[in-house]
Amino acid sequence: MIEKSRSLLQAGALQTDGGLGGWLAIAYLETGRPDIYLSRSEFRAKVYQYAAVLQQLAVKPGDLVVIAHTQNLESIFAFWGAMLVGAVPSMFPTLTEKLDAAVYLDNMEELVELSRVRLILTTNDFAPLLAERVPCRVVGSAVLQQGDLVGEFVPVYTPTGEEIAFLQHSSGTTGLQKGVALSHRAVLNQLTSYSEVIGLNGRDVVVSWLPLYHDMGLIAGFLLPLVAGIPLVLMSPFDWVRHPALLFRGIDSYRGTLCWLPNFAYNHSARRIRERDLAGLSAESMRLFINCSEPVRAESHEMFLERFGAIGVQREMLGVSYAMAENTFAVTQTEPGWPVRLDVVDQAALEELGEAVLVEEGRVGAVVKVSCGRPIPGTEIRIVNNVGEPVAERQVGEVAVRSNCMLSGYYKRPDLQPFQDGWYLTGDRGYLAAGELFVIGRSKDLIINAGKNIYPQDIEAIVNEVPGVHAGRVVVFGVPDEREGTELIVVVAEVEANILGVDTAERKEINRRIRQEVARRSMVSAAYVTLVEPRWLLKTSSGKIARGANREKWLESKE
Amino acid sequence: MDEQEVKEKLRRFITAELIRDESYELEDDEGIITGGLMDSFALAELGVYVEDEFGVYIPDPDLTVDKMNTLNQMTARVMAGRGM
Repeated sequence: MIEKSRSLLQAGALQTDGGLGGWLAIAYLETGRPDIYLSRSEFRAKVYQYAAVLQQLAVKPGDLVVIAHTQNLESIFAFWGAMLVGAVPSMFPTLTEKLDAAVYLDNMEELVELSRVRLILTTNDFAPLLAERVPCRVVGSAVLQQGDLVGEFVPVYTPTGEEIAFLQHSSGTTGLQKGVALSHRAVLNQLTSYSEVIGLNGRDVVVSWLPLYHDMGLIAGFLLPLVAGIPLVLMSPFDWVRHPALLFRGIDSYRGTLCWLPNFAYNHSARRIRERDLAGLSAESMRLFINCSEPVRAESHEMFLERFGAIGVQREMLGVSYAMAENTFAVTQTEPGWPVRLDVVDQAALEELGEAVLVEEGRVGAVVKVSCGRPIPGTEIRIVNNVGEPVAERQVGEVAVRSNCMLSGYYKRPDLQPFQDGWYLTGDRGYLAAGELFVIGRSKDLIINAGKNIYPQDIEAIVNEVPGVHAGRVVVFGVPDEREGTELIVVVAEVEANILGVDTAERKEINRRIRQEVARRSMVSAAYVTLVEPRWLLKTSSGKIARGANREKWLESKE
Repeated sequence: MDEQEVKEKLRRFITAELIRDESYELEDDEGIITGGLMDSFALAELGVYVEDEFGVYIPDPDLTVDKMNTLNQMTARVMAGRGM
């Protein structure tokens, strides 16, 4: 099905007869509410309705349409509706009650100006507020739902393979957002290769709670099933995180077979689903849970197996993929139906010499690394040293990628050149062994918290402005957490010494404000906030706050 | 166990396990989730703890930010569950 398509407009879910699966396009699950079903013909009618309104709003081919909606079906209809009229849609996080509206509006304003956004689609409540701030048109849901008043939509637009289909925005916290521009051809190449590798077939059903503005949610948890024409069982990330059993209810009710999850979700599910919420549910229909978006931990898989073995989860169902928005999605995938390969290597040799030396399991200093599998067809990887030369097998270096599903570029950012000699340098460190990729960390200070990429500088800038914190005397870093299966965010800030001793009310206030400001202005929470006396933080010889050294110092102080 | 004991147990659990700072003086009506003190995952963790510790099962539709944002709200919900 996918191979024959020339553009994403020929999606299986839009055909009443084509595609792999049956009549169901999407089932939407929500805690405490009945499920919503959408057949393919209903899905098509909705998408056409939205396309008709966009046409009436004078949206033209090539126009950038930002969808900043609470995750629901409307975002999906709008996304496909925009593509049908030749516009370039991009999903964006919406304003939630936890976020600071002023900061969110600043970011939106910047996005609209830099990327020349033509139209923003959002909720009815938020549309007037946003409309006052941005120099482009903003419409709420009510406008889009009037499609039946507009008249019949006839799809006539035919994009070329090279045309930009949509943008994926990098999940940065604050500051400039980079729009990853992907062509129809690149996306179709990715979907074709990836479907082949995971053995996608007409009996597959995708179950997903992932946010649609994230590459894993957008490609694997949305485009792949709808383009292939297999059912998508969807839920909101906000709902799932509070009620994690919902995922298993979706798998059980719709005989789910495929599910992509970031590593923390294995821990969250294993630790926080109550027995009562799992009663009577089965996961025997599953083919693959694919761990993706953050470093994979063998312990997380073990925890998941131990907890859900009783309802049918088996080791062979636990796969891994290494993916990034710049390659549309997957770079590698482990083989379905086989246990993931584990590499037991010497930690010291890995960290100090950059060599993955095999050692016996259980030996002192041994560490287990989980394979990410082999590159998917059409994608090549190589490991390079700091001058860009390929290194030998089992030598650690930066992961470089070249493929037929790469980004066309960063949207309206000719200053950012993604390629070096045709290769995209990922910033991730890893090694190759017998053709399989093992990712061991990042070249940069990036923190990956629950699948979200966080730049410590962004959080430091927020904390710096909290009254009582000594400006410029803040450090933020990530620490791996066994229990959560992800990196947690640590804030260490210098304050007046007397606050630490006597004035507990003020200390509490600063602590509270730091946590509150981080939550309101970024999309993450600070797990640890440690206030320290002046001159506690270590500096480099050039006078900068030394992130790594302070991390070590903090970890020692916790012991 | 009376209401005050339930509240103190919850307070200790939240500061030690969810805020990860036992010295934090959590007030009874402080917005724990809206104030950014804990992540929304913590609601699921709280559901597990309340069932293990107090034998009270709070169904998913009640585990929401609106209904479980403060220590007072959580305590009242546990007490209501124990009364049933």
